[in-house]
Amino acid sequence: MQAMMNMVGQVGRNTLQAIAKLGDATIFGITTLRLFFARPWQGKHFVMQMYAVGVGSLIIIVITGAFTGMVLALQGYHMLVKVGTEALLGPWVALSLIRELGPVLAALMFVGRAGSSITAEIGIMRVTEQMDALEMMAVNPQSRVMLTRIIACAISLPLLVAIFDAVGLFAGYVIGVDMLGVNGGVYIGETIDKVALNDIQAGFTKSVYFGLLVGIICTYMGQRATATTEGVAKATTQAVMLCSVMVLILDYIITSFYL
Amino acid sequence: MIKTQALVRSFDGVKALDDVDLHIEKKKVTVIMGGSGSGKTTLLRLLAGLDKPTAGSIMFAGEDLAKVSRKRLYELRMRVGMVFQYSALLNSLDVYENVAFPLHEHTDLDESVIQTMVTMKLEQVGLRGFERMMPSQLSGGMAKRVAFARALVMDPQVVFFDEPTSGLDPISAGVVSSLIHETTAKTRMTSVVVTHDVQAGLDIADHVILLWQGKVIAEGNPESIKQSEDPRVQQFIKGEPNGPIPFSRSQTAYIDDLLHKPGCVRMS
Repeated sequence: MQAMMNMVGQVGRNTLQAIAKLGDATIFGITTLRLFFARPWQGKHFVMQMYAVGVGSLIIIVITGAFTGMVLALQGYHMLVKVGTEALLGPWVALSLIRELGPVLAALMFVGRAGSSITAEIGIMRVTEQMDALEMMAVNPQSRVMLTRIIACAISLPLLVAIFDAVGLFAGYVIGVDMLGVNGGVYIGETIDKVALNDIQAGFTKSVYFGLLVGIICTYMGQRATATTEGVAKATTQAVMLCSVMVLILDYIITSFYL
Repeated sequence: MIKTQALVRSFDGVKALDDVDLHIEKKKVTVIMGGSGSGKTTLLRLLAGLDKPTAGSIMFAGEDLAKVSRKRLYELRMRVGMVFQYSALLNSLDVYENVAFPLHEHTDLDESVIQTMVTMKLEQVGLRGFERMMPSQLSGGMAKRVAFARALVMDPQVVFFDEPTSGLDPISAGVVSSLIHETTAKTRMTSVVVTHDVQAGLDIADHVILLWQGKVIAEGNPESIKQSEDPRVQQFIKGEPNGPIPFSRSQTAYIDDLLHKPGCVRMS
């Protein structure tokens, strides 16, 4: 009985802690984003961070996009050919990429490449007192370090998703038309016919929200990391896990609005 | 220059600083000494406005740091520099960019003027010619000196030093100590140094404050500290293991722990 009570107590404590942390992260996100309108304007630093998180993630996005498009075409062709609708291979690849796989897979890759480095960098800046040094030099670290990275994520991810989609569509075309023999005109014509503006809008909306989410979670976890090497390592792992799960949950929520 | 009154800082109900009244005099080197966990870094962070007190006031230039707005705090910090224990140089910037950082942030000076000012500060700390080195390429002593140059670049009225000689070899520690002493004398700035290095502290100090368990136990010029009859002061400056400041922090009797008596530490 005692063991049962202890377990219930532990579950309760963990739940309360999780709620408190969620509240703390929300307040952190709102207070940081509000600094967007404060002076001094961090324009140059936004660009520098966009280069760091965006350009730095480009190679992995291109490779993932290419192979996703290729496998979609390969898998889709063998499925569609069974029901005699291989002419719909173009829309199959395009809609899968634009609505779902592009934003989600690009976001997951982005979390692994840029998100983890943001958390680790901020955590190390805390351990080595660089945040305090910025404070002492009258530079607000929340604005200079956190905000610039959050905005960089929110702008970079939609651009990376667009690149992911473009590379995926091209790779899907190469596999479908050049390798599997689907008619090129039909492939492109059906794609243009079936992909609506609403689909592109859904993918774009997702990528902006995913970017903001990844930026806020990763900067928050870095900022709240225990100031030890172990603390930074733990915060980085937790940030990647939390971002990945939250991207999938948010994906479901946004998809339900766009259907 | 800086005055504290009835200053208290608690962490989870435990007082790290308890009822501290201080007066840091202008254009002097004030050294705050004490053993590990005596509250000296906590005190320095409060004096620098990096932390808020649980109770009491910190008056800097006539304003209470515990009550000023963030904007005002940043304005006051234009007059303040700080050298951190681990230097805290910005990893992504080289030596020149680190030293020039406050100038780039807060002034509209021409790059050529900034370059001249950085060269002057680097010459002051003996590191002219190292402008393009990255922080990761510097030794601990060099990083401390770059941090010193960065703290001086805005010509501050007050500079805070957190353990400026810890982790340095004797030569580097001596160089940093004499830099603090000479710069304070030449530029007529106020220096507040936190250290547990007794010899270095007493050598450079005009005024010494000794902390123990979050309280000031002695205060005065280095000579009066050396002559103090307080056994805690004598134990600290002589570095003796036995005395009123206990070496062991254990709360229970050693024999009780060994015999696994109830209420003692259990390893599970």
